[in-house]
Amino acid sequence: MARFILQRLRQGILSLLGLVLLVFVLARLTGSPAHLYLPEDASPQMVAAFNAENGFDKPLYIQLVHFLAGVFRLDFGESLLYGDPAVTVVLQRFPATLQLASVTMLIAVTLAIVVGAASAARRGSYGDAATRLGSMAALSVPDFWIALMGVAVFAVYWNLLPTSGMGGWQFWVLPLLTLALRPFGILTQVVRASMLDALDSDYVRVAKSKGVGPGAVIYKHALRNAAIPILTVAGILAAQVVNGALVVETVFGWPGIGNLMVTAIKGRDFAVIQAVVLITGAAIIVLNFLIDIAYSWLNPQIGLGE
Amino acid sequence: MTLLNNDQENVENDSAEEAPRLSLRAAARSGPEPLRAADGLWRKVGHLLRRDVLGIAATTYLVLLLLTTVVGSFVLADSARNTNLHLRFVPPLSTQYGWEYVLGSDALGRSFLAQLTVAARTTLLISIGAVIAAAVVGALIGTVVGYARGRLDKVAMRIADVMLAFPSLLLALIVLYTLGAGLGSLILVLALARIAMYTRVARAETLAVRERVFIRASRAFGAGSLRIVCTQILPVIANPLVALATLEFALVMLAESALSFLGLGVHEPDVTWGGLIAEGRNYLQHAWWIALLPGLAITLTAIATNVLAELVRKAAESE
Repeated sequence: MARFILQRLRQGILSLLGLVLLVFVLARLTGSPAHLYLPEDASPQMVAAFNAENGFDKPLYIQLVHFLAGVFRLDFGESLLYGDPAVTVVLQRFPATLQLASVTMLIAVTLAIVVGAASAARRGSYGDAATRLGSMAALSVPDFWIALMGVAVFAVYWNLLPTSGMGGWQFWVLPLLTLALRPFGILTQVVRASMLDALDSDYVRVAKSKGVGPGAVIYKHALRNAAIPILTVAGILAAQVVNGALVVETVFGWPGIGNLMVTAIKGRDFAVIQAVVLITGAAIIVLNFLIDIAYSWLNPQIGLGE
Repeated sequence: MTLLNNDQENVENDSAEEAPRLSLRAAARSGPEPLRAADGLWRKVGHLLRRDVLGIAATTYLVLLLLTTVVGSFVLADSARNTNLHLRFVPPLSTQYGWEYVLGSDALGRSFLAQLTVAARTTLLISIGAVIAAAVVGALIGTVVGYARGRLDKVAMRIADVMLAFPSLLLALIVLYTLGAGLGSLILVLALARIAMYTRVARAETLAVRERVFIRASRAFGAGSLRIVCTQILPVIANPLVALATLEFALVMLAESALSFLGLGVHEPDVTWGGLIAEGRNYLQHAWWIALLPGLAITLTAIATNVLAELVRKAAESE
């Protein structure tokens, strides 16, 4: 177990290093960094002064050392748009996205387990067919589009919910629902498929023949054994919720890192872009590490196998 | 698309291994054909389609979409460009201003039907291009590392894990930012994000076939690794890769539309469905159709290809 955790920790650190290198390569090898950091109308004097000040006129390997040292001190430079250090700007926005993403995943996982399990239990019924089509539609809809349609109907036309911002529960309804749609669709399919497998297995048949009620068979015996594939997919999706957050936060003006990233790209604020990518990457590596541990706890054979 | 047409070679490889199958296959030809393991992938998909209402609906939709796009991009190319400020924001579902305006018009009075059709061509071309690029590169890498094994294999799989764990859109945004938006970098970014999927599948399939008799025989006859990978392994593992590519199409199209929505898509005058939605965002209140219709088109196309992908997967698994 300890060896497994250590190995995963080493892999996580290596992944993070890879990400840091990728950002460095992208930032330095695609042209002058001054072009990335400075506004587009910067004068040649400004560019030269900027290059000298930040050491961009030095050889590449010295720049790499500087860059790595900066990353270790969590120093990504100052934000062009906000004037504060980029890390501060990103960390200020992080909680809003984290809250949105975790509540989204909670809703998606809970709903998917209930709907997927019920659908598997009534295999071949109209409800099952509706669930299959519904989950297919849910994972096929562009999230930013359904967000816009939600705004058009509930906020603009019926005036029931606010169009954008963050505040009371009314502000959460549309972002949560639109963001949960895709993970819900994918997870429902996974839950349904793994529940069908579990319901076909010998131990469920034994439980049934022992006279265990249908509810207990589904939610106690079958679901526990279907948990591992569900957890795996939920973990992958939790990281991919950032994809949805990027666009959905823009539509709803949610003060999170998705919104920040898009604003930074439009405002050519490269320090912030770098910080968002590296901090999100670190968060996702930590998340994967936690999932690996939960995984080996659910199924002790995995830790031994590696 | 050459990967798709390897049915002949498949049969030859299999028949070299198990001769009796050939006669069975010939016998089956005369009668009504049952679903057989040695049949080509698309024959099997066709067979599965016959019993699947949803599958038929999805295929019909996709065929109609392709036809409309191909014909429409010739017939409607002019009306997609012609602005008419007297006909701004004509609401849809009326033929008062001619059939081109059946789906309404946009802020510049252009036929929205024409806009949708022209955008369909760009959207489909970008998505198909990215899917094919990712499939070819990913499959080659996966087959090579799966055949070579060892250190190279381990490193490649580690990189694939990291690429799949990281949110693809975030990666796409930073690459597009440094490279600049445009058709080429858009396809590059969309393909880059998905290569790892094909690498994984191709590697797993290669590991399963690399010790089979016909490949061991080729090795014994002195065939080089590259030759074995290209002429023997790739044709045999093509079906699961085609199934994956069908499944990936909707994903890539959704990613493309999100990037276009954020303003990092193709440049004017080219436009995709996602770009049309971004435009419609400004007119949500009085011209709802501009945002609604392209979104519907994306959703329907994604559902249809996902339904088809499930059939292709079933067909590929029935070997």
